[in-house]
Amino acid sequence: MFKLEKRPQPSQAFAYLTPILAIVATMIAGGLLFMMLGKNPFESIRTIFWDPLFGEFAFYYRPQLLVKGGPLILIAIGLSLGFRAGIWNIGAEGQYIVGAICGAGVGLAFYPLEAWFIFPLMIIAGAFGGWVWAMIPALLKVRFQTNEILVSLMLVYVAEQLLASMSLGLLKNPDGHGFPGSRNLKDYPSAFNDEVITGSGMHWGVVAAFIAVIFAYILLNRHMLGFSIRLTGEAPRAARFASVNPTRLILFCLGMSGALAGLAGLFEVAGPAGQISIDFNTGYGFTAIIVAFLGRLHPVGILFAGLLMALTYIGGEIAQANLGLPAAAIQLFQGMLLFFLLAVDLLTNYRIKRISKEAV
Amino acid sequence: MTGTLLKIEGLTKAYPGVVANDQVSFEINEGETHALLGENGAGKSTLVKMIYGLVKPDSGTMQMHGTPFTPAEPRAARAAGVAMVFQHFSLFDALNVAENIALGMENPPAMRDLAEKIRTVSEAYGLPLDPFRTVGDLSAGERQRVEIIRCLLQDPKLLIMDEPTSVLTPQEVEILFETLRKLTAEGVAILYISHKLEEIRALCDAATILRLGKNVGTCVPAETSARDMAELMVGSELQTPKSAGAALGEVVLDIAGLSMPSPSAFGTALRNIHLRLRAGEVLGIGGVAGNGQDELLLALSGEQRCAASAIKFKGAPIGQLSPNARRALGLLTAPEERLGHAAAPNMSLTENALLTGNLRKKLSQNGFLNWSKARNFASEIIEKFDVRTPGPDNAARSLSGGNLQKFVIGREVLQEPEVLVVNQPTWGVDASAAAAIRQAILDLAAGGTAVIVISQDLDELMEVADNFAALNEGRLTEVRPTQGLTIEEIGLMMGGAHGMEVAHV
Amino acid sequence: MDLSAINPALLLASLLVAATPILLAGIGELVVERAGVLNLGVEGMMITGAICGFMATIVTGTPLLGFIFAALGGAGLAFLFALLTQYTLANQVASGLALTLFGLGLSSLLGQDYVGLKPPSTPQLDIPVLSDLPFLGTVLFSHDLMVYFGIGLVAAVWAVLKYTRAGLVLRAVGENHEAAHALGYKVVRIRVLAILFGGACAGLGGAYISLVRVPQWTEGMTAGAGWIALALVVFASWKPWRVLLGAWLFGGVTVLQLNFQAAGVAIPVEYLSMSPYIITIVVLVIMSADKSRAPASLGRIFHASS
Repeated sequence: MFKLEKRPQPSQAFAYLTPILAIVATMIAGGLLFMMLGKNPFESIRTIFWDPLFGEFAFYYRPQLLVKGGPLILIAIGLSLGFRAGIWNIGAEGQYIVGAICGAGVGLAFYPLEAWFIFPLMIIAGAFGGWVWAMIPALLKVRFQTNEILVSLMLVYVAEQLLASMSLGLLKNPDGHGFPGSRNLKDYPSAFNDEVITGSGMHWGVVAAFIAVIFAYILLNRHMLGFSIRLTGEAPRAARFASVNPTRLILFCLGMSGALAGLAGLFEVAGPAGQISIDFNTGYGFTAIIVAFLGRLHPVGILFAGLLMALTYIGGEIAQANLGLPAAAIQLFQGMLLFFLLAVDLLTNYRIKRISKEAV
Repeated sequence: MTGTLLKIEGLTKAYPGVVANDQVSFEINEGETHALLGENGAGKSTLVKMIYGLVKPDSGTMQMHGTPFTPAEPRAARAAGVAMVFQHFSLFDALNVAENIALGMENPPAMRDLAEKIRTVSEAYGLPLDPFRTVGDLSAGERQRVEIIRCLLQDPKLLIMDEPTSVLTPQEVEILFETLRKLTAEGVAILYISHKLEEIRALCDAATILRLGKNVGTCVPAETSARDMAELMVGSELQTPKSAGAALGEVVLDIAGLSMPSPSAFGTALRNIHLRLRAGEVLGIGGVAGNGQDELLLALSGEQRCAASAIKFKGAPIGQLSPNARRALGLLTAPEERLGHAAAPNMSLTENALLTGNLRKKLSQNGFLNWSKARNFASEIIEKFDVRTPGPDNAARSLSGGNLQKFVIGREVLQEPEVLVVNQPTWGVDASAAAAIRQAILDLAAGGTAVIVISQDLDELMEVADNFAALNEGRLTEVRPTQGLTIEEIGLMMGGAHGMEVAHV
Repeated sequence: MDLSAINPALLLASLLVAATPILLAGIGELVVERAGVLNLGVEGMMITGAICGFMATIVTGTPLLGFIFAALGGAGLAFLFALLTQYTLANQVASGLALTLFGLGLSSLLGQDYVGLKPPSTPQLDIPVLSDLPFLGTVLFSHDLMVYFGIGLVAAVWAVLKYTRAGLVLRAVGENHEAAHALGYKVVRIRVLAILFGGACAGLGGAYISLVRVPQWTEGMTAGAGWIALALVVFASWKPWRVLLGAWLFGGVTVLQLNFQAAGVAIPVEYLSMSPYIITIVVLVIMSADKSRAPASLGRIFHASS
């Protein structure tokens, strides 16, 4: 028989150890899963975690790590602020889409003008789009106490329909021979989100993600606003006692996470994706939730978690191509990671004690 | 009437870091009212939880009617005839009286029959109750009746009552005692847990005294002086705080016509409260729990706003100001609930010092935190108020109730308030910590601070307060000097008996 | 545009069909929430049920067996949630999200060989005589078993919660788990059972989509129905009959917009497709004004410390 016993205070050691434990457990369970699919588990795990970094074609994959990790980190940083305060924005996917639509829309509006101010304007429009989309659940929550989880999520489906409408209508490439999708921004230098260092994968969105990590770190550890966020999550009544204004906090957290998700969408559409199309969104907004938790809602943790998750994406693609591992298996693998993480998180706050039979 | 009902021998239960019960032994006879006496933290609750099957003893035996009694769960204890009225009621606010009672019974009859039975029994014992009222809407005294009737419907042999009078007015206590005497006359044994000596002398046939988990003596309360029992219970002489008796100054806090709805669904609204508080005054506010104490604290702390001019601080209206704006002026508060309201359980003491101390102690600049300054403030509180903890980096939840309370009170006192409002400053706190906290309140008042102490402990209020008022259903009585108040007068101020009548014996 | 092509009897009949998946999932989640647990993984359990039911039906050729396996699949996934939240005390919001992400991955992995297949149709329960009634026969009496099962389930849940001791204990656990524990009720066991029931219901709802409404398998085919079911519980203020009302309302909106699409109304298809989600938000906002309370222990973690 085992029994849980609450620790007098959270264990520091386990706070660092649990993500690693979760990753190891996921590798084992994932290996079993791959075995059931008829693949060699060791080869699969190696393909996913080792080959992108140190394999034969690592020179090609390493930049991809930043390309995929950038948006995940950017979105997850924003989400983590809200999650810390018990404000659950799970519609980042929608904010990501709307940010991309607004940013790309502003860029395409200037086509074919070439000017230095176009890309900065697009960045502002992208952040604004995401912010506006997140303000809908924020204002409804503040004004009517409507559940922000459900509203932000419903808005993902609305945003997806909006995306379809935009690719088929307003933003459709007039020279595209009737095919859905906008002009490709890669062919429009003033609006293209180019790599800062050629060949590194480091586009402006990755730079923004790193800035967001530093900003969030300072906010949470050195600033009263960050303290208010943490306090609200830990003890809402104590936060009100400490003069934290819940309305302002909701608007800030949802607005910030929306703006960052919108930025991620803009950088993606103006860079790696290149155009607005029906299938532009690939689930970064949802995977970022896993990233935020895997990083224990800590900015530096999220940085590592984002890169790790990017690794599973890239490794998953390699495994798909080389070993014929289905794409869904990777999705399942990522879901498992979150499961294990939530389960072992117990060890931070509780001790598992063996109790002898006689005492029962 | 004289047979031994329950015999307890060598019961021991240890939790990490503390032995809650150490070799406790005693006996309860049929039809006897047996007191279990001890300070907070003496191990009374753990002991009754073992009898009720909620906690399993590490060692020791219990016998009921001479046969071994090892309840694995409350159901088994109830089947053996043990019933318990909890200190913090185990009631369901959103359910009605009959549903609540049905939940505490093994084989409840159909709702309609049960309702009829509740009416009959409650009338017979002088505890009238409407079976179809929602429990959340009942007063604390009525809620206790629900618990008692739930027990009585099971024909218990042993009724455990955990601090039953802390939620009652003196008149209601009398009625409860009548009911209990009627029960013992019918042969029911009562295990009565309390730290109130006079009550035990009035009611109980025998007493077992616990100190730090150990059985330190037994006595016949009627033949033992309160002083002797207190010494057994506490183990050493306590210093009793003395009022410095300074002259009162100007009016600093003026509350006029304060009305405010309660933020919680089953709370009590404040109704037209008036009071004036002068510098150096200690005002004690008594009343039965749930009569607006929490709401009054929320209104004064600024967590819930009211009409601007309903609260005036040195003549300036502050009813619309936030907690921090009030702190800036010098109005500080300490809520009742330590974990989760006054302090964040998982955060360090440094962070908890920052929680209210940021403004007056200047722990941040332009919003950027000065952690070393905050840490020093936390260390200062720990040192000056003798908070037992390894250091300011420890989480608030790792502290014992008394130590955390000293920290919470110390945090406000060291910010040199002009007005301090505290709610239940010594609730669940051991005797020496309670004495230290009361002394800190008196010292503060001697220095010219106006203090409001909201408490359900009348002895405490008599000890520290210059003036007394009581909250009753959200209304505040007029303020009267503590000197010369009798217990009957206080009881009437607290609302007398809320619709109760003496048992028809 | 030809609105006259819309047949009111068929419209109402398909409303009942469209409402059934969210009705089943919603009534299950209602029981879970009344026990004090917030399971946000309904979408994940529905899609798992959808694929489990679909596979079992294809393999056995019997839709009834399909539904049974769908319920088992949903309950199986719910068991993971129960493990996380009741035994390892994980945050319920995060665990529910994890369940949804996991369920979406699991279902597309399981279903990759089933795309494009057509399941045997679920038999209509053409009730003799009644189904021949004009209008009413079409609207009410020519449906498959699950439509009636859903309505029956609402009635059963209502009766159990209101009149039985099991229902009373379930509500007590959801209201105040500490008090229920102090009275000796097994809080964790009761909650695990409620979670399993909720999972089974969500699984049935999902299978109804893949076996009757669509009927075929595509990845992510529940398309937010699980979230609408969650919204339904809030809309219903945790009252069973109101779940039925809400499900019909949402079913009505869905069917209406599909009919508009078919009739070629001059609103772009995308905006019509948005409408169920937007209406969900609007209804949530309206219902937020209703202050009838959620179960007091909803979403709180229970750990018996002593």
